[in-house]
Amino acid sequence: MHRVRVGIVAGLALGVVAAAIGVGAGCGGSEPGRDLILATTTSTQDSGLLDVLVPLFEERSGLRVKTLAVGTGEALAMGSRGEADVLLTHAPDLEQALLDSGAATNRRLVMHNDFVIAGPAGDPAGVRGTPRAADALLRIVAEGETFVSRGDRSGTHHRERSLWREAGREPPGEGYVETGQGMAATLLVASARGGYVLTDRGTHLALRARSELVPLVEGDGLLLNVYSVLEVSPERFPGVNHAGARAFADFLVGDEAQAVVTGFGVERFGQPLFFPRAAGADAEGR
Amino acid sequence: MDLIARGVVEALRLLAGLDAGVMEILLLSLQLSGLATLLALVAGVPVGTALAFHRFRGRGLVVALVNTGMGLPPVVVGLFVSILLWRSGPLGMLEMLYTPAAIVLAQLVIAYPVVVGLTMAALQQIDPKLRDQLEGLGASRAQLWATLLFEARLPVIAAVIAAFGAVISEVGAVMMVGGNILGYTRVLTTATVLETRKGNFDVAIALSLILLGLSFAVTWVLTHVQQRGVVR
Repeated sequence: MHRVRVGIVAGLALGVVAAAIGVGAGCGGSEPGRDLILATTTSTQDSGLLDVLVPLFEERSGLRVKTLAVGTGEALAMGSRGEADVLLTHAPDLEQALLDSGAATNRRLVMHNDFVIAGPAGDPAGVRGTPRAADALLRIVAEGETFVSRGDRSGTHHRERSLWREAGREPPGEGYVETGQGMAATLLVASARGGYVLTDRGTHLALRARSELVPLVEGDGLLLNVYSVLEVSPERFPGVNHAGARAFADFLVGDEAQAVVTGFGVERFGQPLFFPRAAGADAEGR
Repeated sequence: MDLIARGVVEALRLLAGLDAGVMEILLLSLQLSGLATLLALVAGVPVGTALAFHRFRGRGLVVALVNTGMGLPPVVVGLFVSILLWRSGPLGMLEMLYTPAAIVLAQLVIAYPVVVGLTMAALQQIDPKLRDQLEGLGASRAQLWATLLFEARLPVIAAVIAAFGAVISEVGAVMMVGGNILGYTRVLTTATVLETRKGNFDVAIALSLILLGLSFAVTWVLTHVQQRGVVR
């Protein structure tokens, strides 16, 4: 009976210690108002770029950045409600709509790379080298091949919708698969089903070893992928950390961050994943 | 198979080398889930006890709600806690969203009904004669409840195990309210999701194995405490 009591006391003591440590961790430093909330697309985080840029900025500014990699659609929605301070996204027309609504200001280009249409090496639809991405989509439909879509209102999904509009039709009912998941998961689904998919080049490179897909259509101006930084409007949302947002945006377009962007990914993938803003392209991605 | 083997090797490498990043994530997972479980225990056991022994109007409804809560979809909890904590939400002035405290809050909401429901069930399966006898001996209400809780300690510890297991393995709500911020709110489950998304499957498998190991270790300790009550 005594041993039982000792056991229970020991268990409780363990819990109390855990709680004490937990409280310590919880109190470990949030100074309200000093944190900066960055809402961004998944590709900037998944590629590992933000793991380099954000700590660098934190060191330079003394601010803590809360990076939320939620996808461009949700990032812009967070901006429209004032839930984030600064946005790093890749959907020029949706960004323009947010600027027009007055919820965000001061869009600046940060970097770009490109999308590709990838598919099985055997290319059953015969789209390899098609100059216009929209024509390639029409051909995939005409040949009855599978197209795998993100279906998640991400920047990539938004671009895919634009390409279908450019092709003058809706996505087909048959052979059109929506995963509702991130780029890596969607690529793996496409690979497993022998389908075609629109992907950013970075994620394709990151998954090259695990997917059977190869880039088939590239170089169309509509496949340019432009990342911009937007500051959430302090006039509309007085609670936002605008000084922090401005500092972060200045940092992203500054020389130091641009140098990081230029060299990023070369070591791992043998080619850069992103190109700095100076290397061409306007915000509309043309 | 090759991938799983590589994951095992990676897990051993991360653990053996006491990889600073992984240790921090592991410790944070343990702290937050431990704290949430403890809070659920402190707040849940009295309520579970009261529900077991008191008859009042609407009790059936409350019990049904608690039992429903035991299967509350975590993603729903995540959504509602997020909305509550938004800057534009009712508790926005606390600036609590995307902090470890928000994670504990969501986990508490998930663990609480589990503790209440299982405590209630544990106490109700005690022989009612024991209660009559204690009352007959003139036990005060506090003495009565303490004695009955002691008798029900095995299933109450089982409730703790269930609650801890539910919150340590939770990912959807933790991702939504914590934001998976490196060095701040990134825990084992959300780190696993991120590494999977990045295509780093070996690291993701390693993190899963570490999570399983942690879960097992904590459950083992609790089970040990629990079973000492049986084997005399």
